Amino acid sequence: MQAQATQFAGGFSNTPVDAAHAFRAAMTVMARPGEIRTLSGAQAPVPVSGAAATLLLTLCDPETGVYLAGASDTPEMRQWLTFHTGAPLVDAAQADFAVGTWTDLLPLKTYRIGTSEYPDRSATLIVECHALAQTGATLSGPGIKNTSQLNLPDIPALQANSMLYPLGMDFFFTSGTQVAALPRSTQIAKG
Amino acid sequence: MTEYNFAYLDEQTKRMIRRAILKGLAVPGYQVPFASREMPMPYGWGTGGVQVSAATLTPDDTFKVIDQGADDTTNAVSIRKFFENTAGVAVTEETEKATLIQTRHRIPEAELTEDQILVYQVPIPEPLRFLEPRETETRKMHSLEEYGLMHVKLYEDISQHGDIATAYAYPVMVQDRYVMDPSPIPKFDNPKLEMSAIQLFGAGREQRIYAVPPHTKVVSLDFEDFPFVASKANHPCDLCGAEDSYLDEVILDDAGNRMFVCSDTDFCRSRRAAGHVGRLGTEDAA
Repeated sequence: MQAQATQFAGGFSNTPVDAAHAFRAAMTVMARPGEIRTLSGAQAPVPVSGAAATLLLTLCDPETGVYLAGASDTPEMRQWLTFHTGAPLVDAAQADFAVGTWTDLLPLKTYRIGTSEYPDRSATLIVECHALAQTGATLSGPGIKNTSQLNLPDIPALQANSMLYPLGMDFFFTSGTQVAALPRSTQIAKG
Repeated sequence: MTEYNFAYLDEQTKRMIRRAILKGLAVPGYQVPFASREMPMPYGWGTGGVQVSAATLTPDDTFKVIDQGADDTTNAVSIRKFFENTAGVAVTEETEKATLIQTRHRIPEAELTEDQILVYQVPIPEPLRFLEPRETETRKMHSLEEYGLMHVKLYEDISQHGDIATAYAYPVMVQDRYVMDPSPIPKFDNPKLEMSAIQLFGAGREQRIYAVPPHTKVVSLDFEDFPFVASKANHPCDLCGAEDSYLDEVILDDAGNRMFVCSDTDFCRSRRAAGHVGRLGTEDAA
């Protein structure tokens, strides 16, 4: 039987330990923009990747609104997320977490960017990518020794996000079982 | 192993703490509010650091705890045993072998690496709190980047004492944006805040988590004519002879005799094991 055959399948096999390993990978990539780590343990219905599914199970619960964007918003995915996390499904404007491909997640201005007194109250976007590679945009800032590189879906849009600092959204990029991240604090240059 | 959930806390609490840590890393130096839980130890004994460690530990970690640099004080021993019992993790006193180090008021002397995480126990996370008691006001000051009051405080130090008298919890500017309390570490440790390891800060009673990612710019506040000085007692360690480590002063008797010893017990032990001997040390002490 396929793992994603029912909404009940695809969860962590040992939740405290699987979630601990997953969080360490997520924390490492958020603390070191440009790094790519393996993230696995959960399996969501297609088309959501294993890495995105693992992030959702590690970070989401009834206290976090989740927005399923475009192709990821299927009845199977809604049932899976509700069964495993109890997270309420919300619109983009209320979302703590949003999942989808870059084009499905647009427009970025819909999401919460925090307030000047509470910049943490902003959305985290989980962007499904074809592949992650340490090429393309040049990153610098907190977490990066000199510079690092990461293929980003849209450099000008992400530069505009980092201009909002300390406000702005934070991004995870997922592909298969790989994850990378881009916090709002990162400076982005082309090439 | 135990009847506890891995690392004591329930999963929903850990998720809440983990979300706060991620936002803290995304906005270095900003204090993220979190719903701190009651822990089986009193406030002031590291409940914030313990919660951050619990949310960060994996079973593969090797855990070290220091209290003012020492591995063998009550606070350090009890927290180390707590995670031995509830998370089943390996523990060590050797800085190099640890993957996660929880600390009260010191940064280890040995340079930390990319593979390590340093978790600070923080009593008062708000650097402006003793200058402005109202949370609504300090929050506004952070949002407006209004830090003049902190410079006035340092200036008053100079006008009263001839020098910046603040010796610990010395305020820093993180990535040119947020003034942050580095917890009550001696200002000797401030230059080490720019390091390769991930630094996480947990304040349990005050319900705040903040973070400094690796290689983040951390500048101790000062003036052009009164630059920041990372001061220490002007002595070598009496046990290992180290001239570059932070020292504790120990009164030896009622005749005024005293000794200075490394506050970092593992650093001192490893130096003595390597054959270094100080004024009061003996060859076989290690």
